[in-house]
Amino acid sequence: MASAGTLELRQVTKRYDGAAGSPAVADLTLVVPAGEVCVLIGPSGCGKTTALKMVNRLIEPSSGEILIDGRSVRDRPPAELRREIGYVIQQVGLLPHLTVAANVATVPRLLGWDKERITARVAELLDLIGLDPEEYGRRYPAQLSGGQQQRVGLARALAADPPVMLMDEPFSAVDPITRARLQADFLRLHRALPKTVVFVSHDIDEAVRMADKVAVMREGRLVQYAPPAEVLARPADPFVADFVGSDRALKGLHLIRLEEVPLPAPPLVRPGEPLSAVRERIARGDMTPVDGRVLVSDGAGRLGWLDLQRVATGEATAPDEPGPLLRPDATLRDALASLIEAGVSHGVVVDGDGRPVGIVGVEEIGAGVRRAGAGAPPPRG
Amino acid sequence: MAEIRWDWISRNADEIQARTIEHLALVSVSTGIAVAVAIPIGIAVRGRRIPFATATGVAGILYTIPSLAMFAFLLPIFGIGFTPAVVGLVLYALLILIRNTAVGLEGVPPAVREASVGMGLTPRQVLTRVELPLALPAIMAGIRLAMVSTVGIATVAVLIGGGGLGSLIYSDGIQRGLFLTPIVVGAVCATVMAIALDLLLVLAERMLTPWARARTGDR
Repeated sequence: MASAGTLELRQVTKRYDGAAGSPAVADLTLVVPAGEVCVLIGPSGCGKTTALKMVNRLIEPSSGEILIDGRSVRDRPPAELRREIGYVIQQVGLLPHLTVAANVATVPRLLGWDKERITARVAELLDLIGLDPEEYGRRYPAQLSGGQQQRVGLARALAADPPVMLMDEPFSAVDPITRARLQADFLRLHRALPKTVVFVSHDIDEAVRMADKVAVMREGRLVQYAPPAEVLARPADPFVADFVGSDRALKGLHLIRLEEVPLPAPPLVRPGEPLSAVRERIARGDMTPVDGRVLVSDGAGRLGWLDLQRVATGEATAPDEPGPLLRPDATLRDALASLIEAGVSHGVVVDGDGRPVGIVGVEEIGAGVRRAGAGAPPPRG
Repeated sequence: MAEIRWDWISRNADEIQARTIEHLALVSVSTGIAVAVAIPIGIAVRGRRIPFATATGVAGILYTIPSLAMFAFLLPIFGIGFTPAVVGLVLYALLILIRNTAVGLEGVPPAVREASVGMGLTPRQVLTRVELPLALPAIMAGIRLAMVSTVGIATVAVLIGGGGLGSLIYSDGIQRGLFLTPIVVGAVCATVMAIALDLLLVLAERMLTPWARARTGDR
């Protein structure tokens, strides 16, 4: 049932009559592949909202073409086109005189769906956004919290299963906690119902979190169009670098998982292995201790660090605590946080059975962030 | 003189009833026509500065004409009777109705309008399904005000043969040497009618705008 369309903007320009200076949008060329989330971002007045509204013809371009699945939006009557494009705006714009259920049913009603189908669809969507259809369907928008209203706005936009969704700063009018929840909800929904999404934001953290690709705009022009990790690691120019912020290295941390980063093998002592054999393996280069320490396992899956120096001098007789144990699917951000919290330089990456598979320290985290940008395709625009 | 003659009231119960019904007809027919004329005008001029100023300006001038003079002006055109009375009353009601319709429509939140257009409602659907329902409280407030003031002004319609409660006050009271009883009866009937019609419209509005009460409802 879920569908997604390819969205293509070809040399789209919007010039306002009588407006001096540069056009609102200049020669914008952009392809959003089916099912991807493209976040348009930039300072206010950069043309991101204008670009968005040209897709559903709320604003008509001065020149250029916009295609959905190869078909020009200009060939369709605006009202008919808009019923196939989900639209979510910052102020939500729920119809205050209609119940939540009737709001969600707006587009299916315009499309002439029969009553049972609409009722079933409304219940399905309210379930999906976590509102009980029995309880909330009958309410009016004024009886909902801000976050609930924006969820209903999202459900309403999804009602007729549109292949393309346009979202104009949908989460910027709510408090930070609600915003984080809405973002998580959106990502969950997007996995369940993959749509081609154009999402306008002025918040780089939001863009990094939501986007498959980020389109950075400045004064009507596209400055960089690339996956978030690449925009953070390799900004196209000083403007983008400045826009993403001086802490961009930190912003990219949660985009990368430990399993995507090359990690040194754990210096694991085999059960019953004599110390001399361990020293011999180290000398051969088969094993690299971490800060002069090796990993031991007690056979029951418990790990610990053994400091070879202190063992040799007889200072240490039992292994130290293993420090943070991290799963391969943890993000670099989680890894760094664990290291800082535990006050240690290295953590052990363990697989699902608790077996050590790698070692992670600040050095590996840094290399992972730098590599993420370098490994991605070169930036366009 | 300052004494109510109850025997007059009981002797003239039939006439009082007939005049009250006449009055109610004057008020409801003229308010109905005024609503039918003013709402389309309000829709046409809303959000457009010059047309709005023109419509409310003309309706405003009509509103300021003293009612005695207004009915005198209408006499040569429409003659005497029910019709000129209704025309005069319609002209008085226009200002409030045009104004409240236009202002009510402009009060629709821009985000609601944008979302409606963005979802694919045609301009006509935006008007009928979104803007007019949301402007309803303002329009209803205008209708209530227009109706209550029409009940009062309609008493003057007797001067051009429009009948109604005005004939109790004027023909039976003032013209007969300020005979108090019919004057009081006419005034009381008009007041009661105004209050009753207003209450009726309040009830109608509550039924038509269930969402307006939801604001204070359970949360």
